[in-house]
Amino acid sequence: MKHPDDVAIIGVGMHPWGKWGHNFVTYGVEAIRRALTDAAIDYREVQFVAGADTMRNGYPGYVAGATFAQAMGWTGVPVTSTYGACASGAMAIEAARQRILSGMCDVALVVGADTTPKGFLAPNKGERNDDPDWLRFRLLGATNPTYFALYARRRMELFGATQEDFAAVKVKNARHGLENPYARYRKTYTPEEIMASPVVADPLHLLHICATSDGGAAVILASREWADAHGHGDAVNIKAVSTVTPTFPNTVIEMPNFATDSSAGLPIPQHTFKASIAQACYEQAGIGPDEVSVAEVYDLSAALELDWYEDIGLCQPGEAEKLLRNGETTIGGRIPVNPSGGLACFGEAVPAQAIAQVIELTWQLRGQATGRQVDGARVGISANQGLFGHGSSVLVAKP
Amino acid sequence: MSETTSAGPAVAPAIEGWLVLGDDPHLIGTRCSISGSYYFPPERTMSRAPGCSDATLEEVPLSTAGTLWSYTNAGYRPPDPFVPRSDPFVPFCIAAVELAVEGIVVLGQCPAGVTVDDLHVGMDMELIIEELDRTEDEQLMIWKWQPVGWTERSAS
Repeated sequence: MKHPDDVAIIGVGMHPWGKWGHNFVTYGVEAIRRALTDAAIDYREVQFVAGADTMRNGYPGYVAGATFAQAMGWTGVPVTSTYGACASGAMAIEAARQRILSGMCDVALVVGADTTPKGFLAPNKGERNDDPDWLRFRLLGATNPTYFALYARRRMELFGATQEDFAAVKVKNARHGLENPYARYRKTYTPEEIMASPVVADPLHLLHICATSDGGAAVILASREWADAHGHGDAVNIKAVSTVTPTFPNTVIEMPNFATDSSAGLPIPQHTFKASIAQACYEQAGIGPDEVSVAEVYDLSAALELDWYEDIGLCQPGEAEKLLRNGETTIGGRIPVNPSGGLACFGEAVPAQAIAQVIELTWQLRGQATGRQVDGARVGISANQGLFGHGSSVLVAKP
Repeated sequence: MSETTSAGPAVAPAIEGWLVLGDDPHLIGTRCSISGSYYFPPERTMSRAPGCSDATLEEVPLSTAGTLWSYTNAGYRPPDPFVPRSDPFVPFCIAAVELAVEGIVVLGQCPAGVTVDDLHVGMDMELIIEELDRTEDEQLMIWKWQPVGWTERSAS
């Protein structure tokens, strides 16, 4: 499965997720050092640094590429910093990948790290009457879980999903993440415990919804040629990266909006935004959903994981509950989803999360996912979605 | 936009240009002259429908009734700048209502007293105006969605 557009993942590293109370740079540097060790290269061999930004740590967070280049010791390396909400990490991967594919460099570092406050993610301070993200809190009291809950309720109405199904997703992911040394929550749950947790946004209970975490993730990418010539002949390939935006009219309500686009004018696109994210990735890779052996999807809520089964093409709309109930998305099943434990076990560290998804897939395809290995994994896909029309998907495959 | 009353503070929308108060309260939208797409909040810069950048944007009143697309509630107090209705915090519902003519889904809070048990997807909903916040000088008003006839039922 080699192709001229392949880019090799020669090193991966993470700082464990948690609430450690350190500066985000600490987590990112630790992740970089582990990735460099994994790649068996020195930082001075890195020819490009792509940093995924954090919005919660002041100016150093807005210029993450330079912040990490300085922390590693200035070498004159060119940098970029990307922000795309939950897709930030994948956008940084894409910046590095394009730099490599254009022939401008052979070895690039991608890093994202975050330190998050407790509780709901909140908007920027001040009177911000022209900022929909501020206004939705002011005028509606609409938090991120509000939107997750609207989707969950819709799913219950359309497809007969139940709160017990959502709990089953959490039970599955908690079990998957039990042996993952990078996961923040390593504890099993019973459906009863989940349903007994307080309601945050009906029908979602606290344990249906992911927390926010500190964490850091880094990958070293290389051109396939460089990787093959430097002892990384078996390195996992990135086959495709999708960072598409919605197509007008986007008729599904999305964070942080007050309303959808209108369907009264132009025709509704064939794919919803969420489905178009993975669709673009499959088209770019020339690989279909039937060939996928493992997936890491953004379970901001347990209910959203079910939407993703359909949106990444693992089943038809309305069949996700069947897939879950039959155990097909559990490790050992036909198509395991979130073997890392997902956001349920990690909590979200925004700029690091999309990178962490790719790292888990890399470990799965290398056969290094101790305690949570998907047997014979050859092709993996990640998917996520965040505020303001951002989403991403990365498809990786064994060489 | 404020309406002064002798009895108290001036009544004004909580956000300028999004809603009309008074006897015929409604949300303000805009409509693209080429594609026919509606916008809420009202888009006043340029039509976002691809290929319609030359369109004019006409201000139009949006439907004040629709069907419930989905709903939820807030079990915890949202962070600032949320305006709590009561102390201690009491959960409130949020409705996503589909307007048939406009082909859009618009979010809104439900009035106090409406719980998720009062709501089901597909039910008829109507727009009402309620106080969001008040200062010494102004009573700031916001739109909300309630089941059609809900006020009458709860009052009886």
